[in-house]
Amino acid sequence: MKTTFLDFEQQISELEQRIEELRFVQDDSAIDISTEIQRLSKKSQILTRDVYAKLTPWQVSQVARHPQRPYTLDYVSMLFTDFEELHGDRAFADDPAIVGGLARFGGQSCVVIGHQKGRDTKEKIARNFGMPKPEGYRKALRLMKLAEKFKLPVFTFVDTPGAYPGMDAEERGQSEAIGRNLFEMARLRTPVIVTVIGEGGSGGALAIAVGDVLVMLQYATLSVISPEGCASILWRSADRAAEAAEALGITASRLKTLGLVDKVVPEPLGGAHRDPQATAAALRKVLAEALKQLQGKSVKQLIEDRMDRLVGYGKFKEAAQR
Amino acid sequence: MSWLQKLLPPKIQRTPGGARKSVPEGLWTKCQACDAVLYATDVEANLNVCPKCSYHQRIGARARLDALLDPEGRYEIGADVLPVDTLKFKDSRRYTERLAEANRQTGEGDALVVMQGSVKTIGLVCAAFEFDFMGGSMGSVVGERFVRGVRAAVEQSLPLVCVSASGGARMQEGVLSLMQMAKTTAALTELAERSLPFISVLTDPTMGGVSASFAMIGDVVIAEPKALIGFAGPRVIEQTVRQKLPEAFQRSEFLLEKGAVDMVVDRRQMRDKIASILAMMMDRALDEAA
Repeated sequence: MKTTFLDFEQQISELEQRIEELRFVQDDSAIDISTEIQRLSKKSQILTRDVYAKLTPWQVSQVARHPQRPYTLDYVSMLFTDFEELHGDRAFADDPAIVGGLARFGGQSCVVIGHQKGRDTKEKIARNFGMPKPEGYRKALRLMKLAEKFKLPVFTFVDTPGAYPGMDAEERGQSEAIGRNLFEMARLRTPVIVTVIGEGGSGGALAIAVGDVLVMLQYATLSVISPEGCASILWRSADRAAEAAEALGITASRLKTLGLVDKVVPEPLGGAHRDPQATAAALRKVLAEALKQLQGKSVKQLIEDRMDRLVGYGKFKEAAQR
Repeated sequence: MSWLQKLLPPKIQRTPGGARKSVPEGLWTKCQACDAVLYATDVEANLNVCPKCSYHQRIGARARLDALLDPEGRYEIGADVLPVDTLKFKDSRRYTERLAEANRQTGEGDALVVMQGSVKTIGLVCAAFEFDFMGGSMGSVVGERFVRGVRAAVEQSLPLVCVSASGGARMQEGVLSLMQMAKTTAALTELAERSLPFISVLTDPTMGGVSASFAMIGDVVIAEPKALIGFAGPRVIEQTVRQKLPEAFQRSEFLLEKGAVDMVVDRRQMRDKIASILAMMMDRALDEAA
């Protein structure tokens, strides 16, 4: 598949195009231009390294939304076996913006849940661009309760612009659905391992992101509001999104410094989409490690530690007692 | 021109501008809904509800607590918890400047005031949002004060009441404020584990990160009349669905119809209602005389 390049990758894109052309020529030509191709490939790699060494938060959020970025079901097929998708919230509908089901991780039975975006226009619409409605969150909760009942660990994968801001979602209780998940996940009696693989858009992301370990891919983002949304409110112009992205501190590295993320998984040069297999392999190690650690805890300890973690979030000062 | 003005001779109609200015500022106020001119002290005595049309104006956190709690035996929880600017956040203005201004305007350290006290002698912890403090937005301090309120309730086996009025999470604290949704909601599980009631009162407006965390999951959820309550703001929804929203959409009465809240209660009956419900939930007699 041809790589899609982002705006800030223009130079890399041009180089890659030239390499592509040369390869095409090489195929039906007697002249050996492989050294030239090699030279250009090397140059492209160095350039990519340079560009990616100093990505701005806004550029990172574009990588997080890259059209070719691996989505939940891609990771499910690379990291899990025997995936059996389960559908529906048993009350209203099945929301295709959230997928979930039973699977095996290194042989261990588990429950997998994640936001799911669509690849082509048709699928994007079917999956509502990865923006869940209440029934999606309620399906997720049903599957988490199922995991708890059968003592299976839960893996969640976060990748959404946010919960769907539509009339039907509001009517069916979008807020309640998200709040209920946060409430139930706080004391779910089984390990919950969360990985942010792309966009972690606000409450819509958090609704399946409360757990024992929070992992982020290197170019994934987690944010209280989208940079565009923040810019249009505080700067009164969505064009200032780059500044908002900077101010909001949405990147994995920044969040690690703030102590909000446990583990950042490095991505291949140029982002996860350049080599999904390598990304999955790196992630597999981290998830296996986390699972092993959590399975060593008693349920009581697990919940105590999770509660301490959740209730400990926040930065404030305490004035002298009056 | 109204019939009264038509009736009056022209001389009386023309009130000299100077005379008007001699009326002390703030003595009269106008109802935002019915335009009735009201005596400010009447409105205040009526808990900021218009005596003519029952429109519920916003009310500050302390006035709210005064209206709900018994006068004696109150003390504040978490007032010494104060905000810091961890992200060094700056948009058109610095976060620290916005905090200082909000503090000047409201006299509060942040957007949530928590008190232990009683309602008709039923002991409880009550939290109220100060909407005028940065739109009642929830950051680390709101989250921490909320949790300390919950902890106090748990320690003394008291119920919790929270009166929300908030635009949502505080952007200026980034993901720290997002995590307050998880924090406050997690704390509520401690109340639930001990079968202590949590009543959530939703007032205008309760949106975003506050509605999508603890506010909608009360054991009993009560809304004030015509309050705007929802996850996404009306403007965002209008941009998404590209159509004008009906006037009643996301209002209390609409939520009642959709099954999202238990009841819509007038502010002037709120104290009685909360006392009565708490007493029943905790299977106690209600001291009607109190």
